[in-house]
Amino acid sequence: MALNRTDVEKIAHLARLQIDDNDVPEYAQNLSNILDLIGQMQNIDTSDIEPLAHPFDAVQRLRADKITELNQREHLQSVAPAVANGLFLVPKVIE
Amino acid sequence: MEWETVIGLEIHAQLATTTKIFSGASTAFGAEPNTQACAVDLALPGTLPVFNENALRMAVMFGTAIDAEISKVSVFDRKNYFYPDLPKGYQTSQLFYPIVGKGFIDIELEDGTTKRIGVTRAHLEEDAGKSLHEEFANMTGIDLNRAGTPLLEIVSEPDMSSAEEAVAYARKIHALVTSLGICDGNMAEGSFRCDCNVSVRYKGEALGNRTETKNINSFRFIEKAIKGEVERQIDILEDGGRIPQETRLYDADKDETRSMRSKEEANDYRYFPCPDLLPIVIDDDYIDAIRNALPELPDIRRIRFVDTYQLSDYDAGVLSAYKPLSDYFETVATLSGDAKLAANWIMGELSKHLNQHDTDIKNSPVSADQLGGLIQRIKDNTVSGNIAKKVFEAMWNEGGSADDIIEAKGLKQVTDSGAIEKIVDEVISSNQKQVDQYVAAEPDKRGKMIGFFMGQVMKVSGGKANPGQVQGMMKQKLDALCS
Repeated sequence: MALNRTDVEKIAHLARLQIDDNDVPEYAQNLSNILDLIGQMQNIDTSDIEPLAHPFDAVQRLRADKITELNQREHLQSVAPAVANGLFLVPKVIE
Repeated sequence: MEWETVIGLEIHAQLATTTKIFSGASTAFGAEPNTQACAVDLALPGTLPVFNENALRMAVMFGTAIDAEISKVSVFDRKNYFYPDLPKGYQTSQLFYPIVGKGFIDIELEDGTTKRIGVTRAHLEEDAGKSLHEEFANMTGIDLNRAGTPLLEIVSEPDMSSAEEAVAYARKIHALVTSLGICDGNMAEGSFRCDCNVSVRYKGEALGNRTETKNINSFRFIEKAIKGEVERQIDILEDGGRIPQETRLYDADKDETRSMRSKEEANDYRYFPCPDLLPIVIDDDYIDAIRNALPELPDIRRIRFVDTYQLSDYDAGVLSAYKPLSDYFETVATLSGDAKLAANWIMGELSKHLNQHDTDIKNSPVSADQLGGLIQRIKDNTVSGNIAKKVFEAMWNEGGSADDIIEAKGLKQVTDSGAIEKIVDEVISSNQKQVDQYVAAEPDKRGKMIGFFMGQVMKVSGGKANPGQVQGMMKQKLDALCS
């Protein structure tokens, strides 16, 4: 399956990745190669095989519903670019 | 040709856990901003989620309560999108293997029939934080206390065909999750929110394009938003237009929906299984233990209320729909020994006050014990129904037991016939004009006219004279004057 320039630009936009125009053909080629490999694997008969949700053969461990994390706002906000009144500040978002 | 409405609902119920779905931070509502947002909730590098066992238990409770298939293996997926109140850049959700599969809910329609509404699935996911746009110039404030609060998203089949059915379904789910104790049901605080998928079509034709109206947080708004949206769509289609598939927002102030974003372009979430979380595996023993420990469900309670307390279907329906209200009712009914009177007071005076003060039954200033005590005093004729309203008012505003208020305010009903006779005589002698009119009136008109004299006696007695006794005595004395 071959991806074109538009596909690559769309994927980059969805992932909020800034990419150099000149690199687009190479990305398109690399991504197409990956999809080709997947296409090849699609041909394998997997009708008897359980879908695998995770490469580890293990199940999720559960946590007791107890508060273990107390307020560390000051500490955690010390790395934030902008805060006010306890809030993180980001450039204005208008929906 | 006749239009037909097709409605499906997605309900987000915040699960009543103590901590977040993937972190040990508190989920309590109303804390100072970001004081309950830990490193995991903030998606700081190196953090990993660990799943809350209580969120799992609550989801399975819901599933067993609607007779749904429970997945023995369910998987968390990442739903990728960018918004500042979602620090990870994806919402952890369940797309491919949700914890709860197909189930159903029966709703009661106004004509007394029931309709079965399919539940497609219910899956676990995390809530996002909150964005505050108003407070800052050119900046948006982000509070991540809500980020990571567990949600159960309950998705219905498009089985509803009117706003009324949609509300009945939403109320049913609300009654269920609050009865199960898995959600506090507080719609004003956003604990129970509803997205409405609405489309219209000519009867019998293929489904039309649907719009999704997001985050509606009251039953009244669900009804209004759907009705408005149906009207809007029909207007467009009858003018030869088409409905774009889009997300809309309900504006309660203007009572209309407006476009938020086009789903056609934005709906590319690139879901994939979350590598940070392993599959959740449960067995039959786990599911059976939960099923066997389910509390009484609202439908069962409704039937019990009719059987045990001889309530009408309507009263039983209202009082069984919300667990705290049901508990309150049962306490009052037991204390007062009069279920019908208890139901009337709760659905009348108490509900009126709760609505006026925008308060939940859980925070009622008048406790079930207090109201039960008051109804006892109505039953034993210590106070009349009207005086009881005054006592209730005092209870609501100042607290105290019915007995204390009746005593302190001197509201005890006068049942002493000598005292009543004295007032009746006084009223008759000081209202000669009305007495003459009564005597002159046709006998069949007199019944109505007695109301005036009753009112006067009540006025003189400060409402404390026993109305039954006054009525009897007044009629007897007036009729004696007629012969």
